[in-house]
Amino acid sequence: MNTHLLHLENVTKTFNQGRPNEYSALRGISLDIPAYQATCIIGPSGSGKTTLLSTIACLARPTAGRIYLREKPISNLPENFLAKIRRSTFGFIFQRFNLISGLTVLENIVLPAYPLGLPQHKLLQRAFALLDQFDLKNRAEHRVEWLSGGEAQRTAICRALINDPAIVIADEPSANLDSALTAELLEIFTQLRAAGKTLLITSHDPIIHEAAAIDMRVEMRDGEVRSIA
Amino acid sequence: MASLLRRKGKNLSLLLVYTLLVFLLASVLLYTQALRKEATLVLANSPEIIVQRLVAGRHAFIPAQYLKQLGDVRGVTYTQGRLWGYYYDPVVKANYTLMATGNKGLAVHEIAIGAGIARTRQLTVGDYLSLRNARGAPETLRVKEILYPDSELLSADLMLLNPESWRQFFAVPQAVYTDLTLAVRNPAEINKVAEKIVQRLPDTRPILKSEILRSYDAVFSWREGLVSLLLSVALLAFVIFAWDKASGLSAEERREIGILKAIGWETSDVLRMKLWEGAIVSLTAFLSGYLLAYAHIFFTSAALLTPILKGWAVLYPEFHVIPYIDYLQVATLFFFTVVPYAVATLIPIWKAAITDPDEVMR
Amino acid sequence: MLNPVIIALLIVASLDTLMLLIAAGFALRILRHWDIQSGSELQIRLEQQTYLIATLVGFAFITELLSLLLFVYNADALSSQFVGAMCATGVLNVNPWGWPTLISKIIVFFFAALWLALNFIDRQAEDYPLVRIKYGLLLLIAPLMLSVWSFQLKYFLGLNPAVITSCCGSLFSADARGIAAEVSSLTPRTGMLLFYVGGIAVMISGLWYLRKQRTALIFGMCSIGAFITAIIGIVSFVALYIYAHPHHHCPFCILKSGHDFKGYWLYLPLFSATALAISSSAVAVTQRIPSLRTQAKKTARKFGWLALLLYGIFYLLSSWMVLTSNLTLENLWL
Ligand SMILES: Nc1ncnc2c1ncn2[C@@H]1O[C@H](COP(=O)(O)OP(=O)(O)O)[C@@H](O)[C@H]1O
Ligand SMILES: [Mg+2]
Repeated sequence: MNTHLLHLENVTKTFNQGRPNEYSALRGISLDIPAYQATCIIGPSGSGKTTLLSTIACLARPTAGRIYLREKPISNLPENFLAKIRRSTFGFIFQRFNLISGLTVLENIVLPAYPLGLPQHKLLQRAFALLDQFDLKNRAEHRVEWLSGGEAQRTAICRALINDPAIVIADEPSANLDSALTAELLEIFTQLRAAGKTLLITSHDPIIHEAAAIDMRVEMRDGEVRSIA
Repeated sequence: MASLLRRKGKNLSLLLVYTLLVFLLASVLLYTQALRKEATLVLANSPEIIVQRLVAGRHAFIPAQYLKQLGDVRGVTYTQGRLWGYYYDPVVKANYTLMATGNKGLAVHEIAIGAGIARTRQLTVGDYLSLRNARGAPETLRVKEILYPDSELLSADLMLLNPESWRQFFAVPQAVYTDLTLAVRNPAEINKVAEKIVQRLPDTRPILKSEILRSYDAVFSWREGLVSLLLSVALLAFVIFAWDKASGLSAEERREIGILKAIGWETSDVLRMKLWEGAIVSLTAFLSGYLLAYAHIFFTSAALLTPILKGWAVLYPEFHVIPYIDYLQVATLFFFTVVPYAVATLIPIWKAAITDPDEVMR
Repeated sequence: MLNPVIIALLIVASLDTLMLLIAAGFALRILRHWDIQSGSELQIRLEQQTYLIATLVGFAFITELLSLLLFVYNADALSSQFVGAMCATGVLNVNPWGWPTLISKIIVFFFAALWLALNFIDRQAEDYPLVRIKYGLLLLIAPLMLSVWSFQLKYFLGLNPAVITSCCGSLFSADARGIAAEVSSLTPRTGMLLFYVGGIAVMISGLWYLRKQRTALIFGMCSIGAFITAIIGIVSFVALYIYAHPHHHCPFCILKSGHDFKGYWLYLPLFSATALAISSSAVAVTQRIPSLRTQAKKTARKFGWLALLLYGIFYLLSSWMVLTSNLTLENLWL
């Protein structure tokens, strides 16, 4: 049996099925992703990195093939179960921070925990622990529009961590960052990995995928895995 | 939730239109209900049976000797002849109801008038009013009293005269009345009494109070229904408006829903949030609309509606009713406004809620 | 007759019918194409539609419950406009569509409750094992709603104020004919026996099921039986005590303010208990499906206990109303 955290078998994803613009973004991907390590998916734009990531992270269901999370098949679950897994297992750091404007830092951070129906004080306790850890405590009640780039980034990371996910997903996290922020981000990734998280990152930014913190590199091209190193 | 408040601007126009609609509907409902109450109040004091004489199918004067014959019918406790008629006043282009009465202590050429007449002709006690009698000659009448009864609805256009003056004014002979009224001892016997009257005096038609009440009720219901039907058209427009509002999802909102779903929300969580949002808008609009209508009807005497529902009558009655809340009416109003709104927004809300979460990754 | 309440009721019924027909349309597609194993776009779209269907049915359920209340309340309010009508009974009797409307509304209410319970439990299992049953049931509910709509329309259009109707005094009297009369011609003693036998049967079968985790179906059957006997009991036995009058059999007058709205205190627990008991029993049956075992068990128990609690309230309240009444009937205990 397979003891990897994530195990993909022949995963394909086809868009616009049966229509003239049908396009297969993933063509039979088989892959194992080990726990407690940082894996980076690299490849040119359009090679299917983002699609792979969203399929793994239960944002979209594969058209065919199987995905196992801790040996449990998750590829053909209905949406409510996918959402459950998504919120308990995955934390997301998006390309643009994707914070919801108009809400405060604190409100943004607790959003993923909202459907859990936790009691208020527990939620706040968790949130403040994270804010403390990421040096945002005095920003808690600020609207997110007014944050600096670094603060916004840390808010996004706090939000990804509020439900204590085992796997942190980051899609092109450095695409909109200057080099100082990228360095800070790498630092945080190292910390997270040390704290026992599994990292799954896509990037074609050499600063990220050449970093020492990355344990495994998966190279993709045209929806297929080219090489694993 | 907080996210609703942020889009205040977007919801504001909806809220306004919504409140206006509730306000209009509630005003109509409250107003007709109040009118109906008034009418019932008035009819409560009216006689149990009115007997008219029909000649060739038309209402004709009834001979005074019928009074005696009716008094002999078993169960009838009291009989009285009434004299009344209409008078068209070309000065204000309105009809007055002229009625004879013996118990106001009116002398010949003295009258008591309803508040509506007093208002339009600007009369006070002691003033003189000149009307043309049946022979076309002017007749000058002195206002002895102005009537301010509990309900103005039926007495606004009323003018009371002494019976002698009345007969003189309309040139009606002594031995006849306009109609006769009866009182019956036992309400359960009213139908029996009416039957006997028709048997004894086949040229008469008895009219029962219960019949009048019922037809009043039906007429008011019907009017109210008609107006509601018109407002339903407005409602339809509103529903289309709400649908449009709900389905016009901005890119910003789509992105937000995408984010929420990506970070672990489920379609039903988004649905729930959106339905709450709709519920809050609905309840706010409903409550404020109803309260406004309530104030409008009961504190300003329906300033905006009066001309429409009562017809453009010159002598329209002014009336103040005691404020009250009828729960059936509140429920009806709720069904009329909140339910169609909810239905109109359900599908757009669902469409928004199924936004693909992986859209935010692109 | 155009009256605002009637227009509101007609609008709501039309909307509910429309929504359930739309839901049934989606249900047909789902029945035809559903394949949970597939990751195809069609399957994903169908899954999205399930949310819409659930929302539509939930909405119809709530509005039908409200409109059931409004319907009865309005019938009561209209009684002044019909010769011979003193309460809702008389108004329902004005034409032959009154009673079918009421009864079909009640049936739709119970079916919608059952559907929502099944939907709730189905979504607890990763393979949605009840999809076929659920959407099959929906194909049944939609025509039911359609019949509610048409009965109600015929009823309201046929409300002729000239009709002299007969009210509870004659309908629920021993000399008349028909079901209502037969029910009322039962002696209070028989009524009482039926009332309490139904109650005891449903309580015992419920407790038995909750303790032994078996015979859930019997509980469901008993709850339907208890609903019917409870209504019969109210007409031929409890009502007499509430009115403190040995010959006043009417299921509606107890809703009036003159009787402190006691009817609502009886009907609300009875209706909710019945809906919960039926749902509990149906959910319990789904325990046999492996993927639902634990969840179904848990939910069915929760519904079951709630139902028993509400039944308890219903029977205690009605007994209390009987005991504190000024009426004493002879021969009751013979
Ligand atoms: N929803 C969609 N519909 C159609 N085509 C899509 C969709 N999402 C992605 N694609 C296509 O799939 C391919 C892979 O996209 P993506 O995974 O975003 O690549 P990458 O992240 O490596 O740049 C692209 O050619 C893109 O056009
Ligand atoms: Mg990409």
